[in-house]
Amino acid sequence: MPAFTAADYSAIFLSLKVAVVATLASLPFAFAAAYIMTYRRFRGRIAVDVAVNLPLTLPPVVIGYLLLILLGQQGFIGRMLLQPLGIKLIFSWKAAVIATSVVGFPLMVRSIRTAMEGIDERLVHASRLLGARALDTIMTVIVPLSVRGIIAGSVLMFARGLGEFGATVIVAGNIPGVTQTIPLAIYEYAGSPGDDAMALSLCAVSVSISVVVLVFHEWLGRRVVRRD
Amino acid sequence: MELRVAARKRFGAFLLDADFSVRGERIGVFGPSGGGKSTLVGIIAGLAGPDKGTIVLDDEVIFDSGAGRNVRPEHRRMGMVFQRPSLFPHLSVKGNLLYGFKRCPPEARKIAFDDVVEVLKIGNLLDRGVKHLSGGEKQRVAIGRAVLGSPRLLLLDEPLSALDDSLKFQIVPFLNEACEVFRIPYLFISHSLLEMRVMTDIVLHMAGGRVVEQTTAESLVRARMGEGKTGYINLLRLPEGRGVDGLYAFDWGGQRLLASSGNDQPGALFELSSRDIILFRGRPEAVSARNLLKCRVVDVFETGSRVGIELDCCGNRLVAEVVGQAAEELGVRAGGEIYAAIKATAFKKLG
Repeated sequence: MPAFTAADYSAIFLSLKVAVVATLASLPFAFAAAYIMTYRRFRGRIAVDVAVNLPLTLPPVVIGYLLLILLGQQGFIGRMLLQPLGIKLIFSWKAAVIATSVVGFPLMVRSIRTAMEGIDERLVHASRLLGARALDTIMTVIVPLSVRGIIAGSVLMFARGLGEFGATVIVAGNIPGVTQTIPLAIYEYAGSPGDDAMALSLCAVSVSISVVVLVFHEWLGRRVVRRD
Repeated sequence: MELRVAARKRFGAFLLDADFSVRGERIGVFGPSGGGKSTLVGIIAGLAGPDKGTIVLDDEVIFDSGAGRNVRPEHRRMGMVFQRPSLFPHLSVKGNLLYGFKRCPPEARKIAFDDVVEVLKIGNLLDRGVKHLSGGEKQRVAIGRAVLGSPRLLLLDEPLSALDDSLKFQIVPFLNEACEVFRIPYLFISHSLLEMRVMTDIVLHMAGGRVVEQTTAESLVRARMGEGKTGYINLLRLPEGRGVDGLYAFDWGGQRLLASSGNDQPGALFELSSRDIILFRGRPEAVSARNLLKCRVVDVFETGSRVGIELDCCGNRLVAEVVGQAAEELGVRAGGEIYAAIKATAFKKLG
C-alpha cells in the first residue's frame, strides 16, 4: 500500500471533523424539528414537512449551488449577515459542514421523528399532569424514550457526512489540505492516471471508518435495549 | 371539592356540551363509550382546551375562554390514572413514584412517600424496572405516582377497565384506601355500573356529550335492573369466612350466611343477583337453599316488567326481584315480614 501524503491525512482528518461537527451541530435543530412535527399542530405544517425533507430528493449538486447563492458574497445571507460580521464561509471547511448538515438533516429528523411517534402520548400527558413543564417533559420523557432514534439519526447523518460530495465540492471546493475530504481526494486521484492505488487506499480507509461506525451503532443500540 | 364546568368542545361531528356543578369527594362520570367522558376529563385536566366556557375547581378558575385564562396542566395539580398504567418505561418503580412528588411544590406536598408505599404495598417493588411488573402491580404503582403528586383532584379515567375481573376487585380496595387515607377527592370515569357502585357517591350520567343527570349509582342500577340479564347485583362486604361442611360461614349483621366460595381476606366483596333470591310469605318448613333469612320489606318499586323489593335483613339491605304476579300473591308491602331463601352457590366472590 502506498504511503499517504500529508494532504491525504488531512483529507481523512477533515472528513471525520466535518462529519462529527455537522452531526453535533445539527442534532438540536433536528430534534426541535422532529418535536414540532410530532407534537405541534399548526398551519403550514405540510410546508415545513416538505422543506425539511426536500434535501432528501434534491440532487446534492443543486443543494450545493443553492447554498453557494445564499451564502456567497453576493448571496442574501452572505451580504446581510456574514459580511457585516466578517465571516467568510464559502471555500472553507465550515462550508463543508453546512453542506453536510443540510444534506443529512432530513435523515436525522426522520429517525428522531419515527422514535417520537412511537412514544405513548399518555406518558407525555402523565408527565405534564405530574407537574413537569414542557421543557422538563422533553428532557425527562421524550429524550430518553427517543434515544434510539437520536442515535440512529446521528449515525445516519455521520455516515452521510463521510460520503458527502456533490454539495461540498460546490460550496467548499476541492482544496487539498483545506477543504478536501476523502471523497474529493478519491475523485482527484481517480481522475489522474497512475494514482489508482492511492484512490483504492483511501477507499479502504473509507470502508474501515464506515464499518467502525456501523459496529459502534450496533453496540450502542444493544446497550440501550439491554438497559430497557 | 366543588367542580363547576360549563364548556363546549367540538371534535368533528361530536360536540361535548358539559354544564354541571358537583360537590363531593367520590364522584363518578358514567356513560357509554363515545358519550364524552374522556373528552370531559381531558378538558378538566387541561390536556385539551374547550372551544369556550369556564371550569372552576374549588373557587379557582382554571379555564375561562372569556377572560383568556387557561391554567397549564402542570399547574392544575391534578393526578391522573389511565386505563393502562402508562408508567415511564425508562424509570424504576421508585423513579416513577417520585416523578410527581419531586415536581410538587414543597409547601403543597401533603403525602409522604413511605405512607403511599405502605398503603399500596409496593415496598418490595421499589428498585425494580416497571416492565416486568404484573398488571395489578403496575396499576398500583400508577395510583401511587398520581397520589404522590399531592393532587387537588384525582382523575381516574377507567383505571379498572383493562384489568380482568379478579384483578379489578383486588385494585379497588387499594384505590379506595389511598383516596380515603390521603383525603383526595376524585372523579371516577367508567362505563361499568358495578364499578360506579363500589367507587362513587354521586354520579354524573353522560350521554351524547352532555351530563344528562346527576344521580347515584344505586338509582342508575335500580332504573336498569329490569333490562339486564342479571337483574340487580347486591354487593355484600363479608368478614373472613370459616369452613363448615364444605361451605363457608360468614357473620353478616348477626346472622350466619353460608356460601360455597370463601375469602382469605376480610372485607372482600361478594355479589348476589336479585334473581337468585326466592321469597316466601311465611317461614317454610324446610328448604334446600342453605340460607333462610327473616327480612322486613323496606320498599317495593316497579322496574320494567318486574317488581323490585328492598329488604332489611338485620340491618343489612338486599334487593330481590320478582314478576308482578308473584309480588301480588306474596302480598308484599313496605313494612311487611318476608322470608328470603338464597342458595350457597348464589354468592360469587369478586376478585
